[in-house]
Amino acid sequence: MKEPTDIGMNRTGIGTSPIDSKELIEAAEGTVPSSEGDESGIASLRMSYASESGIVGTMPPPSSVKGAVKSVLEGLAAKNPAVFLDKLAERLQFERTGTRMYESVLAKLDALGSYDGGPTRETLQEFHDEELEHFHVLRSALESMGADPTALTPSADIAAVEASGLIQVLNDPRTTLPQTLHALLVAELTDSEGWDMLIELATSLGHEAMADDFRDAMRAEEKHLAHVRQWVANHAMQDAEGRLGQAA
Amino acid sequence: MSLDLTKEKGVAIDAQEDFTWRDMVREPISKLNDDAFTRLRIILMNGIEMEANRFQHAFARMNDPMRAELAKVRRIETHQQVLVNWLLPADQSPLETTIAYEQVAIEVTASLALLEPDPYIAQVLRFGLLEDFDHLYRYSALMDRLEGKDANAILQSYTDVLPGRPTVVEHRYPTDDLREHYDRTTAAPITKLVSLTIMSGEQQTQNYYQNIGPLFADPVARLLYAEIAHIEEQHVTQYEAIIDPNETWMEKWLLHECTEVWNYLACMEQESNARLKAIWERMVAYELGHLNHVMDLFRRVENRDPFEIIPTSLPERIKYMSHRDYVRQVLKNEVHLRSVGTQFVPVNQVPPDSPSIAYNRQINSDGSPSQTVAAGYVYTPGSELVKKAA
Ligand SMILES: [Fe+2]
Ligand SMILES: [Fe+2]
Ligand SMILES: [Fe+2]
Ligand SMILES: [Fe+2]
Ligand SMILES: [Fe+2]
Ligand SMILES: [Fe+2]
Repeated sequence: MKEPTDIGMNRTGIGTSPIDSKELIEAAEGTVPSSEGDESGIASLRMSYASESGIVGTMPPPSSVKGAVKSVLEGLAAKNPAVFLDKLAERLQFERTGTRMYESVLAKLDALGSYDGGPTRETLQEFHDEELEHFHVLRSALESMGADPTALTPSADIAAVEASGLIQVLNDPRTTLPQTLHALLVAELTDSEGWDMLIELATSLGHEAMADDFRDAMRAEEKHLAHVRQWVANHAMQDAEGRLGQAA
Repeated sequence: MSLDLTKEKGVAIDAQEDFTWRDMVREPISKLNDDAFTRLRIILMNGIEMEANRFQHAFARMNDPMRAELAKVRRIETHQQVLVNWLLPADQSPLETTIAYEQVAIEVTASLALLEPDPYIAQVLRFGLLEDFDHLYRYSALMDRLEGKDANAILQSYTDVLPGRPTVVEHRYPTDDLREHYDRTTAAPITKLVSLTIMSGEQQTQNYYQNIGPLFADPVARLLYAEIAHIEEQHVTQYEAIIDPNETWMEKWLLHECTEVWNYLACMEQESNARLKAIWERMVAYELGHLNHVMDLFRRVENRDPFEIIPTSLPERIKYMSHRDYVRQVLKNEVHLRSVGTQFVPVNQVPPDSPSIAYNRQINSDGSPSQTVAAGYVYTPGSELVKKAA
């Protein structure tokens, strides 16, 4: 099978067409722009819209379980306890999407096979199950605080926008296993950072039991990150050394 | 609010050339905080403006003397469409917007079916309703299974997520999507407004799916959009068919402008977001300006009273509300219906030589994306993963 690193007919560089590109460059060099200035005009438009616009949204009101939430929130001894709920919801959204991401990678592995030093099906399945478990951990955490775990909070919303490119890479039938693992690496880097912050928040808010659960999750995430990082590196090294081709 | 169309002049069309880019490109709504019906109104009105624009283009291509008048009004329709459609926020993904399109196709169609006095046309609407209802279920499954997202963040619990008439059986032979049309001389004015509104909404839905389908990398998503876009083409065929093709071009133009006024008025009356309410109010005034302009043209060109075609006051408006009980009742009573030519019959009365049977068999012969995507799917708040043990 063709590898992306095989030499082929990629036409995107300017060097592909020496004659046409010469014309293109010469014509461009003679450009007289229709307006003076530089990129700063774009920046000032962005600044103008940013200063006039509201925000993407806010946290939901503590709905049906008002009393419970209120008391829990007061117990948190934080000036703005909604920050913790927002971050929990962000992680929840990410773990739920992460579960689906591992399903996509598993399908990719089943279709294309792995490589020396690449993932096994069992390991991917294990990581998948851990993402699912983390989703449940976060759901319980939110529920225990009287919050609605289905609410799409502002941070959860933004995290989903961030992840959208990863989902595209993972599900494109033309991407290779190493290419999808690179997307997964981006996800796992974010994941580790996210859990790190949750542990810090939970601890500082006096949620010791929760912080313990989160430390368990964090250990799993550190394992995910280390493995995915290694799989990506192993492939690049073998490819560079011409040792690819033998499926694991 | 009852508008007397014989008196209301709105804003003269020359005064409607007051748009600037920044006026058109405003702060969008909040996906998280605005009411789902605010989103639905934006989506429907984008479809209404799209149809205004496309209709006026077709008119101009076939009527030399009207080209200048059409060019002027059409430019304003275009600016209106930008102002309205750009109110959708960018954190609302194409798939989330799709969920909202189907919610329009359920809640707005239900309201239209309830408003419609002609029993046959109401039946046509209910027939389409049950198909879009199924699309919502399929797309919700896709969203959960591809992205790990809950469609209800968009739907806000106004609309059920359940199978309707299964998408897999909706694929029919083209002539089984044709319908009888109303009679332009006897139909109630509201029938004409209802028909044009639903046709516009479905047409934009088809446009949207045809355009965004290839934006997805996932083959399941690409297949599902291909499949459902196909049904939306059928829906446009169906709803286009109920409109009397014997109306003159000028009659149709009058009806288009009247439909725009009627729809913007419904938006204005029911809008919960004050910023948007002001936009709807401005658009009502602009459309009244279009309507008056076209009434004058109609008097000149056809030498007739425009109120032979349009009502002097606007009929009852679309209701932007949940129609849960009504939709469930329609689902229970009519999910088994199929179309044979222009008529609806129970599935067990479809003749064995119906061209739709062979058609359906062929198009689904190497698999049904809508069945695959929702295999075993039951909507669960917060994703079906909630029910899966780690
Ligand atoms: Fe994770
Ligand atoms: Fe992870
Ligand atoms: Fe318009
Ligand atoms: Fe639909
Ligand atoms: Fe439809
Ligand atoms: Fe108009």
